[in-house]
Amino acid sequence: MTITMHRSALLLCTLLLPMGAPAFGATPVQVFTLDNGLKILVREDHRAPVVVSQVWYKVGSSYEPSGLTGISHLLEHLMFKGTPTVPAGEFSRLIAANGGDENAFTSHDYTAYFQTLEKERLELSFRLEADRMRHLLLKPEDVAKEAQVVAEERRLRTEDQPEALTGEQFQATAYLTSPYRQPVIGWMQDIQAISPGDLQRWYQQWYAPNNATLVVVGDVEAAQVRDLASKHFGPLPPSTLTPPRSVAELPQQGERRIVVKTPAEVPAVMLGYKVPTLKTASTDWEPYALAVLDGVLNGGNSSRISRNLIRGTQVAAAASTDYNPTARLDDLFTLSGNPAPGRSSAELEKALRAEVAALRETQVSPEELARVIAQVVASDVYEQDSLFYQGMRLGILETVGLGWNRLDDYVQRIQAVTPEQVRTVARQYLTDDRLTVAILEPLPLEGRRLPQAGTATDHMIR
Amino acid sequence: MSIKFMRSGLLAAVLMLVSGLAAAVPDIQHWRSANGVAVYFIPTRELPMVDVQVLFSAGSFRDGSQPGLARLTCALLEEGAGDWSADVIADRFDQVGARFATSSRRDAAAVTLRSLSDPRYLQPAVETVARLLREPSFTPDAIERVRQQMLTALQERAQSPGAIAQDTFFKTLYGEHPYATPPDGTPASLNSIDRAAIVDFHRRHYSAANAVVALVGDLDRPAAEQLVNTLVGGLPPGEAVPPPPPVTPLAASRTVRVAYPSTQSHILVGQVGVKRADPDYYALYLGNHVLGGNGLVSQLAQEIREKRGLAYGAYSAFTPMREAGPFLINLQTRNDQVDTALSVTETTLRTFSTDGPPLQILQEARQNITGGFALDIASNSKLAGALAGIAFYGLPLDYLSSYIARMNAISPEQVRAAWRGHVQPERLLTVIVGGTATPATATPAAAPTTAPAGS
Repeated sequence: MTITMHRSALLLCTLLLPMGAPAFGATPVQVFTLDNGLKILVREDHRAPVVVSQVWYKVGSSYEPSGLTGISHLLEHLMFKGTPTVPAGEFSRLIAANGGDENAFTSHDYTAYFQTLEKERLELSFRLEADRMRHLLLKPEDVAKEAQVVAEERRLRTEDQPEALTGEQFQATAYLTSPYRQPVIGWMQDIQAISPGDLQRWYQQWYAPNNATLVVVGDVEAAQVRDLASKHFGPLPPSTLTPPRSVAELPQQGERRIVVKTPAEVPAVMLGYKVPTLKTASTDWEPYALAVLDGVLNGGNSSRISRNLIRGTQVAAAASTDYNPTARLDDLFTLSGNPAPGRSSAELEKALRAEVAALRETQVSPEELARVIAQVVASDVYEQDSLFYQGMRLGILETVGLGWNRLDDYVQRIQAVTPEQVRTVARQYLTDDRLTVAILEPLPLEGRRLPQAGTATDHMIR
Repeated sequence: MSIKFMRSGLLAAVLMLVSGLAAAVPDIQHWRSANGVAVYFIPTRELPMVDVQVLFSAGSFRDGSQPGLARLTCALLEEGAGDWSADVIADRFDQVGARFATSSRRDAAAVTLRSLSDPRYLQPAVETVARLLREPSFTPDAIERVRQQMLTALQERAQSPGAIAQDTFFKTLYGEHPYATPPDGTPASLNSIDRAAIVDFHRRHYSAANAVVALVGDLDRPAAEQLVNTLVGGLPPGEAVPPPPPVTPLAASRTVRVAYPSTQSHILVGQVGVKRADPDYYALYLGNHVLGGNGLVSQLAQEIREKRGLAYGAYSAFTPMREAGPFLINLQTRNDQVDTALSVTETTLRTFSTDGPPLQILQEARQNITGGFALDIASNSKLAGALAGIAFYGLPLDYLSSYIARMNAISPEQVRAAWRGHVQPERLLTVIVGGTATPATATPAAAPTTAPAGS
């Protein structure tokens, strides 16, 4: 129940289920491109007098070379440290004083900055974002201090979180050469070694209008947004971009396993199969079939994981699956969970693998498909309730290179998936030779006990 | 456009916003169902969906001698009702694309439903919720299964220094008061709860007299009334349960340290705050926005994170409840920096309490609150959350429409007076979890930053 400030929230690997076609009154997206290459996507949504503005950069941890892991995220923090005309802290102060929300996040494939404002204040967002797109100051003392903040963030999110720590090593084991082996926040030694010069080069390399997408959703007129954006972003010069060197993952030649021993109470099991995504699939229906498979296993309390493992055999206290079809590179289809008290990690692993085997052997039922479709259709409506989510979807799709409209026919594509296709992707991709397994094996937590009621004073030191 | 121009233009913009919003803030419709349940409804016609929440005075402060009873009871609602198994219930929701969840905290227990508004989907989903509330079966199998899940959740709290800090803080701050009860229970208590206790807890609390409904979505008034009747019309009248007893603040400062093998220490500093009905809450909320409630702009974040790089997060908050909830400052820092971080925190709080908020900063905090109000109600989901609070705590029906005017009416003197009346820096509870040796051999990634043991 620890709640930290949301600045620089990391969206680690698994985002959101990609849900659907704008069916209910969602207005079309209007697209503009400035002469300097900045792409602008505007969706008008007039339900409330507010607007979300997001700037997406095509850079994230999967662009980073070894030794500089976490540089995209550290730079994201430093983007709040000022320019020649907007001193450090002023960005946040101005947005706050104008009633705005703001934040930024970094993932494998993107870095994004956003403000939510009453609609009349949109220009403030554009002015400040345009300024820091090209004029960031990276003072050595700010870099040193912010590296300390990010180190604390890493302690909070990873070092002291047994499952997050295991997940990080799980990813690093599953991939040999793919940059998805690197944590978004970076390895601690890299966070502490990245220099101001490194950051300056990273900023110069990736922060340019022709490497960015501006996404605006809310109570606005698209033409006015275009003009306002042109005024503030238009004068920025483009860069000559060098795309990141593509490093393909070496073919896996058999199952990989690790055990992570760390102080903890609850064992955990993680399974990951290498699968294609919308960006990497050679057969275009495969990612949709994998998404349906994900829904069959994990979509709601009626799904197989809940029905069979949590309620049926009760081998799991909790379990879930995840598939992110919008990853830029081949990704993992994961199954993970915690064994129920009295049950072992080995039992849970066996049960999870049995569910995968069942999908390879038997076609899913028409009832299960219908349920997945019902959930996708409903989610398509629910997600329109959030301006932020609408912007997020456009931004991710555009930034990973799929194009913002790639999922406009998502509902139809899901509806078209057949039971045979689900079995086909299970047989092709959810195989032992593509599997990585990580087991969290708890070590004793010395001194972990809470003071008992009434004895808290025993621990008082002043 | 220069920065200075932006700044001076603010006030005019805020005034414009106030007048512009008058039409945008939705009216809350209010009525009672035939069996007496208070209903709060905001129609939103843009999207074909409905969010509905039923809240019961059935939170964990009513656990009595069995911590975890309220949460266990609430979690079991979807695990069987009448002759429906948990599988049948899950199918009934998933088939129509509905999302159902239960939740239980110190004051309230709640069930929430999100559904498409098309009656073909909405009606079966609402009927399902109605039956879960009315006739949960509490089968022995389900009780045992959820008990094991809650025991696992307790273990997970025990491996989280932040959760340990929270539990220790509540336990120490509230002492004998029922707010001290951990909502997740304790292992001994969870293992001792039998079916009879659960059935009895449900019978006493899940009745019309203890329920309110918050409804937002694409319905006209007759359809909304019909939905509510289906949803809670079958609840027995029941008897209203008594409110929690008043809270006694700590008499003197105290510090509790819990050894834990983490690389960071979690630090909580606070005391008893206010209850939701306290008229001072708004002035305290505004004041706290300056101190630690407004992200990186706040004083605590400035002093701890921005100036010194001591923590990723540093914030403060009042959490008003039916009775006085906590006022809490929360941060985490490397073990060897605890004393520095604590000293900065205490100095910042003491200075704020003595001097009050600087006027310009107070005004900007107010602008953040009033200028951001449109954001707070910009979606069905946010409206539903706000409405649930209004419904459960019985806030006035003009709560939303008068919100900006209320915040604008608070004078700097009122903020200082409320702060003096409620916050005593000489009577603080400090909880520190962490600070023991880190087993670097077990976690190679942690090795480079391992802090010296203790501090």
